[in-house]
Formats: sequence, C-alpha cells, structure tokens
Amino acid sequence: MTPKQKATLQRLGPFIALVLVSVGLAVLSPDFLTVANLLNVMRQVSINALIAFGMTLVILLGGIDLSVGSILALSSVAIATLIQAGVDPLLATLLGVLGGGLMGLFNGLVISKGKVAPFIATLASMTILRGLALVVSGGSPITGFNSDLFSMLGGGYVAGLVPIPVVWMLIMFGLFAFLLKKTVFGRHVYATGGNEEAARLSGVKVDQVKLWVYTLSGAMSAMAGVVLTSRLNSAQPTAGSGYELDAIAAVVLGGTSLTGGRGWIFGTLMGALLIGVLNNGLNLLGVSSFYQQVIKGVVILLAVLIDRSGKK
Amino acid sequence: MNVVMQGISKAFGPVRVLEEVDFAIAGGEIHALMGENGAGKSTLMKILSGVYRSDGGAISIDGQPVQIRSTRQAEACGIAIIHQELNLIPQLSVMENLFLGREPARFGVIDHARMRREAAAQLAALGADNIDPEAEAGLLSIGQQQMVEIAKALAMDARLLIMDEPTAALTEREIDTLFGLMRSLKAQGVAIVYVSHRMEEIFRICDKISVLRDGRFVGERVIARTDFDEVVRMMVGREIGDRFPRRSAAPGAVRLQVKGLADEHHVRDISFEVRAGEVLGVAGLMGAGRSEILKTLFGLNRRCAGAVLLDGVALQLDSPGAAIAAGLAFVTEDRKSQGLVLGMSVRENATLVHLPQYARLGVVSDAAEQQAVAGLIEQLRIRTRDAELEVKSLSGGNQQKVVFAKWLAQPPKVLLLDEPTRGVDVGGKAEIYHIINQLAAAGVAIVMVSSELPEVMAMSNRILVIHEGRQTGLFEAASATQESIMAAATGTAHAA
Repeated sequence: MTPKQKATLQRLGPFIALVLVSVGLAVLSPDFLTVANLLNVMRQVSINALIAFGMTLVILLGGIDLSVGSILALSSVAIATLIQAGVDPLLATLLGVLGGGLMGLFNGLVISKGKVAPFIATLASMTILRGLALVVSGGSPITGFNSDLFSMLGGGYVAGLVPIPVVWMLIMFGLFAFLLKKTVFGRHVYATGGNEEAARLSGVKVDQVKLWVYTLSGAMSAMAGVVLTSRLNSAQPTAGSGYELDAIAAVVLGGTSLTGGRGWIFGTLMGALLIGVLNNGLNLLGVSSFYQQVIKGVVILLAVLIDRSGKK
Repeated sequence: MNVVMQGISKAFGPVRVLEEVDFAIAGGEIHALMGENGAGKSTLMKILSGVYRSDGGAISIDGQPVQIRSTRQAEACGIAIIHQELNLIPQLSVMENLFLGREPARFGVIDHARMRREAAAQLAALGADNIDPEAEAGLLSIGQQQMVEIAKALAMDARLLIMDEPTAALTEREIDTLFGLMRSLKAQGVAIVYVSHRMEEIFRICDKISVLRDGRFVGERVIARTDFDEVVRMMVGREIGDRFPRRSAAPGAVRLQVKGLADEHHVRDISFEVRAGEVLGVAGLMGAGRSEILKTLFGLNRRCAGAVLLDGVALQLDSPGAAIAAGLAFVTEDRKSQGLVLGMSVRENATLVHLPQYARLGVVSDAAEQQAVAGLIEQLRIRTRDAELEVKSLSGGNQQKVVFAKWLAQPPKVLLLDEPTRGVDVGGKAEIYHIINQLAAAGVAIVMVSSELPEVMAMSNRILVIHEGRQTGLFEAASATQESIMAAATGTAHAA
C-alpha cells in the first residue's frame, strides 16, 4: 500500500466504521434497515450535524465553541417571542439565524481581538447566553405560536418522505464542503489552524478568518435551533445543553484534529451519523439508556485510539 | 574515553538511512560530523545516544563492546546529547532542570538547599557563575540555556558530549564563550562530537572531521590537513563550483528608500536605499534588531517614526497584507514556525500568499493553481515527488525553496530575506544563492539579513551593520572586511 492509499484509507475510517456498525445493527435488528427508520435516524442526526459543521471550522482553527447549545436556546426563544409578537415567521427565523451569527461574532471578537483562549471565551458566553435565554423566556417554555410555515421548517417532509431537516443538513453539508475545499476562505481556515504565525506572515487576515468562523458556528447553532423549535412547536430556554459535546464528538470521530489544521466536513457528517446510528440501533435493541451512554463513550474512545495508531 | 562505531546500519521501513558507517572518537578530541541534510548524521548520533537501535554493526567503548538500547543506557555509558532544540522546561528553575529526575530528596521531600549548593558549584565549574540557579530557565538567553544543558550532561558524568548545531542560535560572544568551554572540557579529556553546517566554526574548534553522504561514511580527515574545498567535495560528492555564485548585472534605479525608521522596541534612525537588482546585506549580532527592521518594513511591527518609499511612493505599511499588495515579500527567519504550514502540501504552501490570483469570486481554480505550482517547482528546482506531498517531508533546502515559491508566485519588487540559508546544507545553499541572483537580475531589490558573515560579504553589493538597534556602518561589500564589519557590529567602531 502506498502512503497515499494508506492516507485515503485513514481518511475513510469514519465511513468504514459507519458501514460496519450499520451492518452489525442490520443483522441484529430487522427494524434497522428500513427506509423509514434510516430517514428517521437522519432526521434525528440533523440538529447535531448542523452544529457540528460549524464546529468543524472552529476546530480546524484549533479553537473550540462551547456556546453552541446556549446560542441554540437563545435564538430559539428569540424567534418564538418574535412570532408571538406577530412578526412574520420567516422574517423571525431569518432574524434568529442572524442573531445566532452575531452571538458567534461576539465570541470571535473576544477570541481574536481580546486574545482570550477560545475555551474560556466560549465558556463565558455559554453561561451569558444561557442566562439571557432564561431572561427572555422568563424561565419557562414558550408555546402557542403555531404557524404552518414555521412548523414546516423542522417538521415537514419533501415529497411526503424526506424530512426537511435532512434536506437542510445535506444542503449545508454541500455548502461547507465546497467552502473548505474550493474557496480561498477555506484554504485560509486550514492555514490559520495549521500555523497561525506563518499564515499571518503570508498576508492571511487571520483575525478576519476567526471572526467569520465563529460567526458561522453561531449561525449554524441558530439554524439547529430553528429546526428544533419548529419540530417541538415550543421554545425552551434550557434546550441544547450538552449539544456542544455531541458536536465535538462528531467532529473528532470524523478525524478532524483538535490541534487544528487537519480535517474535513465529510468526516464530521460520518461522525454525526455514526452517533445517530448507534443511538437508534441501541434503542431498537432495547439497550437501557444508561448503557447507551457507556457504549457511546467507548466508541468515541476506540475511534480516536485507532485514528492515533494509524498516524504513527 | 574512546568510542568506536563500526559498520552501523539502520533502515526505516524500506529506506536505508545508514549503510555500514564507521565513526571513531577519542577522549580529549573535538570531532566534527558533517554531511548534507539527510546524510544520516542525526540518525548516527541518535543510535549512539540510545534513541534508535541500529540494525547492524557494533559499538565499543575503550575496547569493550557495549549495547546501547536506551537513552538511559547511553547515559550510564557516559554519553550525553545536547539537541539543537534545547530540552529545558522553561517554567522550572535552572536548578530544578539540572536535577530533573534525580532530585536530591529525603523521604520524597526535595532538599532545596543542597540542590542550590550543588547547582551553583556545577555552573561555577563551567565558568557560568553568572547564572542564578533559582532563575526561571525560560528567561535565560539561549546561550545560557545551553550552558545549563551542558552542566546537566556533565553532572551525569558524561565523558562524550554530542552537540547538534550548538551555535545556531548563539551570538558571536556566546559562541566564543561556548568554544572556550569546549576547549577546557577537551583538556579534561571529554570527547565532543560537533554536528554543524558551519564550516568556519568547524575549522576553528575541531581537531578531526568525519563526513557522511547518503548514509555512507565518506572519510575522516585531520582538520589541520584539509580545507573547505575538500570537505565540500566529500559532502556533495561533486564540485559545486563557487560556494557563492557571482552576479553580473549592475544595480538599476533606487527602488526602496528607508528614512529614519524606528519601531516601538529599540530600532532607531535606520536609513538606507536599495536599488533594483541590488542585494543589501544586513549584518549584526543576534538581538541587534536586524529582524525587527524587516518586520517593521513588512507591517508586522508598528512603525513609530520614519518614512518608507517604494519607487518614490510613500508606503503605509500597517499590515502584511498592505505590504504584499505594495510588492513586498518576506522570507522569514524560521521556516518551521513562521514560513510554512507544515501539515499542508507543497502546493498549498506555494500558493498561500497569492491564492486569490487563482480564484474567481473566492473560488479557487484547481487547474490554474496546479499549473502555477508546477511552474514554481520547475523554476526553483524544488525536489519533491509530488506537489501534494506534505511540505514537512521535504529536506531543509527544498522546504526553504517552497518558502521562496510562496513569494515568487507573483514577482515582488522588494524581497526581504531573514537568514535565508539557515539549516540548509551546502548544496542547497548554492541553489538558494542562484535563486537570489536570478531575482536580482530580474530587478528585485533585496534586503538580506544573515548571521553568516561569509554569506553576507559574498552575496551583497553593500552591507548595513546594526548594533543595538542603530546602524553603525554601511560598507561597499568590495571594500569591507570581516574585521571592519565585526567592529561595527560590536559597537567598537563608528563608520557611519
């Protein structure tokens, strides 16, 4: 095997893992390999995947975004409040996603201009934004803003079959893959994450790259918030807590390096699907949710260990 | 102690790095080990110091065969290595570093008084009593840190010291101190293996020289009975012609004018002109502010005073982006930390600066990019099997050529070079000099900072000398001497 083939195989690791787990589950449970169930899995995965796409860019920079769950919650209650106040649901949604972007921009400003470590900066904003979500909502779920159009965004189906969140996920997957692989911006993300100093000296506007990446992460979290709110027809100020960890797990399972500079969106999609398939399969098999957590953790650990040993 | 390595072989997978190499050194001898990058010097020394195990061959110490299977065993045999990248823990104090792993302790509680006493004694024995044992190691100068490393090695009773490029980051004065120390260790019967690319230093301090090429032992010479040319021939296996190729074209009109430049640190009142096709060498001691001048010109450091004109037009210079747009290019000092994104491919590094040139509406055209990279690889003779290889898999000289490629994707008007041949072997150096000459011939104005005086003197039209942030000399290269430059660099002369 040439080094190049080996590298390709290495990169396809998450995909192979997904196939293996799926085959295993298909054998164990007759309900797993049905169109309805697989679409169901994809729908469940979509929220995590949307967040994880943004998180991939952040992690490629060598950063981390712990505030994604709080951004999701704050944009969710903001959108619900706007719709309740009579704002057009689509406009409210747009404003919510934009607001999520602004929250991300705030992270980016603190990190690039304030030179605060991403972990600390987003830990702080995670707390601040969660608090604001509770303030805006008065601490209780917001319901009763029924709008057929808004309900479609997260709960509808295309051709009565494919859930709309899955369509969002695939569109954003394509967009992010294109962004990273084909554009100057994408190259600058890799360069900044790989060696910030060299990138700066090469004329890359490193601070601008960071601002955009955290802004995108915020907007993607808000988009996940739209899907969640629409599906549940309620906005919860406590929604999305712990989502940052699922997103990070998907990114890392996908083979993106936490030290930055190396990784890809396809891996993240595979990572998110792997987590989703595991959840779904273990449910079908009737494994208790306590054990599910243990198994998920072990899978993440194994995947990363295999990834490590392959790189040596 | 006499160490003999015989018939040492080593392979990494299918790649044979060493083929039956012999190497011998006696106590009280300073023995240079030379060879181009990739010749196998470090692998041989890593085998001797227990980092790697050889596949074949034997090592004996004072006639007794020994097996060195780990660094601990090497230490037990009295062999210590001082790496180019120093291995001190910067947050710990000097004495904590000196006694790391063997702290004097009673019931697990460190005896600080004893540690301080012994550390002070060890440093004093090296003539380094100006180093405070309680100082934080990271705050010492590089030269002082090296002294601490040497003290640490000697404290473990090392009788054979391997020094890998020990002078790379030292000032002239620190080099003198180091050489003084090496001579006194030699007088005490310590054997020293000296791995370096710097010929002048090797001829100054070493007794013997062994040369490796492509993993094979080429020969051993007594320094007193050989010369530069023979050693270079042994290393590259062919004549490389002039070490410093000549440039014929005469400089043209004034390109870059710098008037009264000052930065927020200690650079003050720097004024010079560089003509199209001219190389202005910048000499001075480490820390004199040479790199800071380049960084200020490139918009990395804030300019506090002065004006910079390019082709008669004043430049703003508030960011690297603005400098690049104006036509400046900057080959930085440390290619690993500042020049390259090591995890990226040759292609991605080569187009990092001028990527938008191959893009429309922010979308990169693969074809345009690949074509440009192929052209640069050809133009600069970058030896890589594939433009998609990670740049870190290339040799030092080829990595440096990729750094040049990055800037040449669009011809610059002014090229700033900071130590352009550091860590590059002899053959690679000659190629980089050729590139510099080609660019000069094409009308680029070049400012070259270098710590290697022979390089500055041979490659420059004129030489600017910096001492403590101010210019103390501006010489025509033809009439400059090492002595006059050093006098200006140490602030003992006032030529300008």
